[in-house]
Amino acid sequence: MNPSDQAPQATSAASLVKTLGLVSALCGVIIVGAYQGTYEAAAANRRLALERTIFRIVPAAKTMSEWQATTQGIRPAGGEAAAGAIKFYAAYAADGSLAGIAVEGAAKGYADVVRILYGYSPDCQCVNGIGVVAMKETPGIGDKIITDEAFLANFKALDVKLDQELARLANEVKVVKQGSKTDAWQIDAISGATVTSRAVGKAINDSAQVLLPKLVPNIEQLRKKES
Amino acid sequence: MKDLSQAKNFDEFMEGIWRQNPVFVMVLGMCPALAVTVSAVNALAMGFATTFVLVCSCLLVSLMRKLVPKEVRIATYIVIIATFVTVVDYIIQALSLELYEALGAFIQLIVVNCIILGRAEAHASKHPPLTAITNALGMGIGFTIGLFALGGVREILGAGKFFGVSLFGANFQPWVVMVLPPGGFFVLGAWLLLFAALKRRKEAHLAASGDGHGA
Repeated sequence: MNPSDQAPQATSAASLVKTLGLVSALCGVIIVGAYQGTYEAAAANRRLALERTIFRIVPAAKTMSEWQATTQGIRPAGGEAAAGAIKFYAAYAADGSLAGIAVEGAAKGYADVVRILYGYSPDCQCVNGIGVVAMKETPGIGDKIITDEAFLANFKALDVKLDQELARLANEVKVVKQGSKTDAWQIDAISGATVTSRAVGKAINDSAQVLLPKLVPNIEQLRKKES
Repeated sequence: MKDLSQAKNFDEFMEGIWRQNPVFVMVLGMCPALAVTVSAVNALAMGFATTFVLVCSCLLVSLMRKLVPKEVRIATYIVIIATFVTVVDYIIQALSLELYEALGAFIQLIVVNCIILGRAEAHASKHPPLTAITNALGMGIGFTIGLFALGGVREILGAGKFFGVSLFGANFQPWVVMVLPPGGFFVLGAWLLLFAALKRRKEAHLAASGDGHGA
């Protein structure tokens, strides 16, 4: 083969690098522009979605603030998050009194992790509402956890009282077979969606076991909205 | 002369909508077509997102068609496509978080949608920007129609709703399998069957009328 036949077709390495560099630079500018342009709207959307879920599970709420529970107690979130701190949201009624507390919980469901928010009422020491933050459960089956009336009735007053030492829940939150709920701390599963129902129960139990022992002794700090 | 170029433009546009429809004729981009078409809204959103990426990347590819050496053309196309997919990703997050959750990973997966790379390589890199955009727009709309045909049917059968509006009242027992992954195959199969039957009928009709003229 004659080398001169090949020569005109080959492009020099420098020109290849130059082209790729140019294209990458141009694309970089486009991406950064799009990111900057949409950042605020996206952040506002996320905050709005969170607020909407919280206001739905704590119906009396008008405003909310973010808190975190650490080993030393609880404090308003902001600045550096301490290691192992648990986030929760205090929701306040229009007159500034505490309407309820919303806490995030997560557990493995059927398809992926089911992330929920549940409302905790310090007055009855119970869970009084749930909402889903993210899930990929089977449509029409697992996603009944947000539509099934009988299942949602479990969360009108789910008992999560602490024991004498305030160290753990007096009774573990348990998911039982549909129709066999006997105690206030049990959850009637949805028949056919047992795995997802269990995930909800586990998410509440796991999160309440850790958070409530830190939260309950300090609940007075939350009674009034800080201005 | 103007009429001729308009007719050609129209032809470029219609290619993707009917003659070379990406979903029903070329059977391309099946991953999003089967995965996200559980409802009409998801299908339309996915279709529009893909159209946006398709048009923008075809425009850029077409503009740079004389600058890019052929050795690095695929790498260049992928970078360009990935850029616009990222842009779409941000835009959808800013528009609606629910939609973003519903479409999930499939937004990012537009990058590997073979329609887009295929159009960039087979069409945009050989045609001037206007023609490339026209063709890309037609392909995008054709893809959107295809997804909508799947999503609409699946939502009606599988959830008893259309655009989230309940159609049959509370006593309707939805055909849940239609919104599960197998349902995507059932509905796509049914549509392909319909189009194949239509095509066969048309061919038979043409053959028959051809014979008629001959006799």
